[in-house]
Amino acid sequence: MNATQFLVIFISNVFIYNVILSRFLGLCSFIAISKETRPALAMSFAVLFVTTMSSMITWAIYRFLLEPFGMTYLRTISFILVIAAFVQLVEMVVRKFAPHLYRIFGIYLPLITCNCAVLGVAVLNSEMFFGAKTPVLASFVYSSFQGFCVGLGYMLAMLLMSAIRERLESCSVPKAMKDFPIGFIIASIMSMAFMGFNGFRF
Amino acid sequence: MKRLIKEFAKGIIRENPTFVLALGLCPTLAVSVSVGNAVGMGCASTFVIVCSNVIIASLKKLIPDKIRIPCFIVVIATFVTIAEMTLKAYFPPMNRALGIYVPLIVVNCIVLGRAEAFASKNTVIASLFDGIGMGAGFTLALILISAIREMMGTGKLFGLTVFPGFEPALAIGMPSGALLIIGLLLGFFNTIKERAK
Repeated sequence: MNATQFLVIFISNVFIYNVILSRFLGLCSFIAISKETRPALAMSFAVLFVTTMSSMITWAIYRFLLEPFGMTYLRTISFILVIAAFVQLVEMVVRKFAPHLYRIFGIYLPLITCNCAVLGVAVLNSEMFFGAKTPVLASFVYSSFQGFCVGLGYMLAMLLMSAIRERLESCSVPKAMKDFPIGFIIASIMSMAFMGFNGFRF
Repeated sequence: MKRLIKEFAKGIIRENPTFVLALGLCPTLAVSVSVGNAVGMGCASTFVIVCSNVIIASLKKLIPDKIRIPCFIVVIATFVTIAEMTLKAYFPPMNRALGIYVPLIVVNCIVLGRAEAFASKNTVIASLFDGIGMGAGFTLALILISAIREMMGTGKLFGLTVFPGFEPALAIGMPSGALLIIGLLLGFFNTIKERAK
């Protein structure tokens, strides 16, 4: 483990391969919930938490269950089930012990199960770091850090987008382009700006 | 019979999953770089939609209502795994090109959406036709987007030059081009919908 690796993971996941603007994961929620800043922020925190935690959980499953027994082909099915169960559990815990928090982002939790960003980061991690080639500790730390950074990238894109769309309320957009279409065109321009990060070299 | 044809045809135009329902956009944008990729992704998704629709429609009496979503996900994930292994075994270049988007068919909203909205309420045969129609609509939408992107991004279609002397707009082949094209196409189809009313 060295510091450069962390920097590379951070920059590439937050900026260069931004989960929404370059990898196209979690677009549905990105377009649907980014009309106002507050819900967008709540959703981003929920995603950040779930991507980080699910990276850790899927790491344990892959490393200690699927790989030793040669069952890596069960990756998709086991990851999605574990994520769905985990999200359900978090929802119940939050509702019981922190009703205030539940009112802020509880309603977004069920949506996260079907958010491709969460499964996407698990699959990505399993291809990059989960394998037996990486030492145990490094593999765990890198994958959970990558999960965290993907969540950060999601939050960045979400906040930028919601701020732009709040301003857009006072503009006159052609009727046919309202909502979804104009959202995609804004996202396209943002993505073009993010392409500028492509030139980073380490 | 007439009803079955209707179930099939609605997925292609009236309820096109991509342009009208705006479902499952993530894989649409990610793999639409070339027409070949789009066809591969379309076929894999169609296979998953059709099979999971049929299985869920035939199991709908056995699945308890409260835990239906996890049950649906297990069925869908099984077929995605089958598709993934088939691609890996017989079409390795396609598998590499599609990358992580093959396992991500599980979370494609179209598949779960059809299971929840159609297959869990209708007969096996109707669900089969609904699945084929939705799959075809999704594949056609993918082909349309990827054809536009491939032509504008590289100036070629299936390796043949379409517009001689045309300077390809590289940005269209990049992620930002995908978002731009889908935005414009959605706007275009909205206009048609408004006119049709």
